Amino acid sequence: MPTGRLAVWWVIASEIVIFGGLLGSYIMYRIAHDAFAAQAAHTNTWIGAFNTFVLLTSSLMAVQAHKFAEQGDGPKAARFLYYTAAGGLTFACVKAFEWTHEIREGFTITSSTFWSFYYTAAGLHALHVLAGVVIMLIVAASAKRYEELHRVELIGLYWHFVDIVWIFLFPLLYIAK
Amino acid sequence: MSDHAGHDAHAEHGGHAPPGEHTHHGNYVRIWAILVALLVVSVAGPVVAQFIEHRHTALLLTLATAFGIAVVKAYMVAKNFMHIALARRFVTYLVMTMLVFMLLFFAGAAPDVMKLQGAHWEKPEWIKANQQAALHPAGGHGEGSGAEGSQP
Repeated sequence: MPTGRLAVWWVIASEIVIFGGLLGSYIMYRIAHDAFAAQAAHTNTWIGAFNTFVLLTSSLMAVQAHKFAEQGDGPKAARFLYYTAAGGLTFACVKAFEWTHEIREGFTITSSTFWSFYYTAAGLHALHVLAGVVIMLIVAASAKRYEELHRVELIGLYWHFVDIVWIFLFPLLYIAK
Repeated sequence: MSDHAGHDAHAEHGGHAPPGEHTHHGNYVRIWAILVALLVVSVAGPVVAQFIEHRHTALLLTLATAFGIAVVKAYMVAKNFMHIALARRFVTYLVMTMLVFMLLFFAGAAPDVMKLQGAHWEKPEWIKANQQAALHPAGGHGEGSGAEGSQP
């Protein structure tokens, strides 16, 4: 296995423990305290669903970029990476809009345990999205010049993992009310 | 680790995967369409559950559509987009080990978080009082704000 791919899988494995601990703790509290449901009722399911759609679509773009990179078509792979990055930025913008609304309503990170979990989990995930976008733009710039095409797959792996984390965050924070 | 075997070094620096390292690319748009359809079901399920009078059935429907479908979606992304089945077997073992760690953490911490007392142990009174207050909040949160709501 190429070193880069091994390294990314290793990162993903360590991220599973980080997000797993966070989500596991949330689930414990959610089951133990009915008050969580009342607080979760204030999150907007439609915004969460839209962001899920955006991330699923960006994952499609990432895997298409991988396909073109393997075919040796650097510029096309770069173009799909740009689409993926656009998806990530859309996700971040929607999140910023959503958080602004929630903070204005009085729901801050110190409001209650639910909101502490909410901002910590979604915030950590959003940081991963932003980091992914930055790396993706760097990889796309080199792919465009037919350089380091194998990196397209690596950033794709990371991006799909970020997508999977959101797939679990969405029902926990937005649906279980 | 660029001093690996020849094909690894090639994959690292040459830009293309060596023969045998290429991924079989399926119909990704079809997979994406299924994922989006599952997303619609996961949103619609709990909405439909609100109209079901039988509480147990409604809860089951919510859990199945929200969390059951999340597991299916995650599996589909890992299998079809991350091509986990095509990676070396130890990758699957590595991921499964991390998931087991997660379960161990849950099993170890859950009794303390979810129960007020157990065999030969009891929580300090102030934690118990906080948890009781959380389970039976004195009042709702007014003016649509949760800022002053009780913990959690």
